[in-house]
Amino acid sequence: MTDGAGLGHARLSVVGGAGGAQPMRDSAGRLALAYNGEVFNHLELRRSLEARGRRFRTDSDTEVILHLYDEMGEDCLPLLNGDFAFALWDERRRRMLLARDRVGVRPLYYVRSGAAWYFASEVKALLAAPGVGAELDPVALDQIFTLWAPIAPNTAFAGVRELEPGHLAIIDEGGLSTRAWWSLDFPDAAEAPASNDKAAAEELEALFADAVRLRLRADAPVGAYLSGGLDSSLASAFAAPMAGDRLETFSVAFDSVEHDESAFQTQMAAMLHSRHHVMTCREEDIAAAFPEAVRFAEQPMLRTAPAPLFLLSECAARAGVKAVLTGEGADEIFAGYDIFKEAKLRRFVARQPTSRLRPELFRRLYPYLPGLRAQSAASLAAFFCAGDAALDDPLFSHRPRLRSTAGARRFYSADLRARLGAYDAAEEMAARLPARFSRWRPLHQAQYLETRFLLPGYILSAQGDRMAMAHGVEGRYPFLDPRIIDFAARLSPETKLKGLKEKYILRHLARGRLPAEIAARPKQPYRAPESAAFAGPVGRALVGRALAPSALADSGLFDPGMVDRLVGKWTRDGLAGFRDNAAFVGIVSTQLWHSAFVGEGKKIVRAA
Amino acid sequence: MVDMISDEIRAFIIDTFLFGEETPLDATASFIESGVIDSTGVLELVLFLERRYGIEVSDAEIVPENLDSLARIVAFVSAKRARAAA
Repeated sequence: MTDGAGLGHARLSVVGGAGGAQPMRDSAGRLALAYNGEVFNHLELRRSLEARGRRFRTDSDTEVILHLYDEMGEDCLPLLNGDFAFALWDERRRRMLLARDRVGVRPLYYVRSGAAWYFASEVKALLAAPGVGAELDPVALDQIFTLWAPIAPNTAFAGVRELEPGHLAIIDEGGLSTRAWWSLDFPDAAEAPASNDKAAAEELEALFADAVRLRLRADAPVGAYLSGGLDSSLASAFAAPMAGDRLETFSVAFDSVEHDESAFQTQMAAMLHSRHHVMTCREEDIAAAFPEAVRFAEQPMLRTAPAPLFLLSECAARAGVKAVLTGEGADEIFAGYDIFKEAKLRRFVARQPTSRLRPELFRRLYPYLPGLRAQSAASLAAFFCAGDAALDDPLFSHRPRLRSTAGARRFYSADLRARLGAYDAAEEMAARLPARFSRWRPLHQAQYLETRFLLPGYILSAQGDRMAMAHGVEGRYPFLDPRIIDFAARLSPETKLKGLKEKYILRHLARGRLPAEIAARPKQPYRAPESAAFAGPVGRALVGRALAPSALADSGLFDPGMVDRLVGKWTRDGLAGFRDNAAFVGIVSTQLWHSAFVGEGKKIVRAA
Repeated sequence: MVDMISDEIRAFIIDTFLFGEETPLDATASFIESGVIDSTGVLELVLFLERRYGIEVSDAEIVPENLDSLARIVAFVSAKRARAAA
């Protein structure tokens, strides 16, 4: 504590051991830093600081930030290759600097109460501050029920803000102001990027090897998650020779055949000679872990997929691993997701609407979804292309997803509907796009939407950092090294998505390093059983409590009659479609969120 | 007869896809464009029609012209039943 400012810290020691105790002060005692995360290039930064005559007291990356800030102020941020959120008190200028990494790996929240600003890595910590209570922000709920994630700076908690990825905030006598210090950018459509695939693949190989190398730096063992897909296999394949015999790998296997990828995981682990750990996840396990997953994610969610990752980090922690490499980010920056192919195909069909052959391609989009196989091409085209008149709609790529997710909004209570009025989350997303967005190629626009909104708001948080940190495990993402993000953004769309072949350039790296089956595998998104996971006794009891008429009345968020019909359909036939499952999981998780944070008997504050 | 089929299908759609939500269901409005039915919902609908009306719907018949509004479904089911009865 110093006059007017206080910093507190609980630390997961991965780099710098005991020397890295925090908050850390500089030698003059004018700067104090509380810091969550890692600066992976701290050794290189330290060497150049030492060459300029700076003396270090510890081995920690924390001290590197203090020195850099001392020299450059907040202009030092672009030099940091890392995942971080920190608060730095500058006694000389009597101001607090908050800063967050580029894409939003590490969380940072803040709230104002009375004359004070509070900030923390978890909302739970802020709820302990005087005068701060937990209330649901209906707009954030509507954002989650439209886009899967709140739109930063909104959080599920009314009044609690998230510092946006790539942003900094300065708090001083004048109050709090935020600005971007980094943002994702793509070349204008008019620029024709050089497309020499071979040279690009070689450059990527060198960059990726270095990104992995930096992320293996730690005093504690670094492991890796293996999903059985291309991205995590690549990260592990690059890491294994660098890690010597240290690499421990971890995988989620499912009882459900539709979701299980363990054959590929086992094959990859055998090739790596890693010490492989498998966490077999039964549907009942997902139901049992789900309330904890919601409590750690601190937000309602439309999918159960975080729950198995909550259990996987427990498995990694038991094996003594404090940090894991994963393949996260590759699908965003190298265009792996189906939504990119789907959008490309919809544009292709729209150019010749009368073609009978073009819609046949929709069949090839989702080979892993049993429900879609039996459909005629015309019906798939009608579904995927519904309302596709506006090719210049900035949200073109995401319209089908927005439409099917929005089915969950039908269940809102009359009260919640009235409070939301004419609010439209998709419109807000479109309004927050930068002016340069309209100059980018369609694939780059779609990639921007995924990387700016879904990646930090759901993938890296609800499915990433929060589930890993629940058991003291830190996720490390070599594909999100800033050099690779910049490199991938400059590539032509065709180098990423060639025809309907996703992550085209990444497949060059797989040759000779991955089993041919994994290298050639089409993208299978990571999914877990959704409403089906709650069909056993644990799940039924949980759903019974969360969706009981009294619980629904307590939150006041959903229409009890409609929820009852949804539960009836789930009990009778099971829920087959994405839309019904998203609604079911969304409603259950919102109710769990409400009972965990707002508590029974305390209703959301109603608009006066 | 057609009125009865129309009422039954309307009730099925309100119950299964709208979960009882009381919205006016325009007979010619597209279910797909209005988001009432998603791609797996089409299969739920076909299953219901086959069971309830004893008809068989081939893959080639699962097209928007037959299924993408209340009026189209009613016409499609009526024609199938008339053909089966002939």
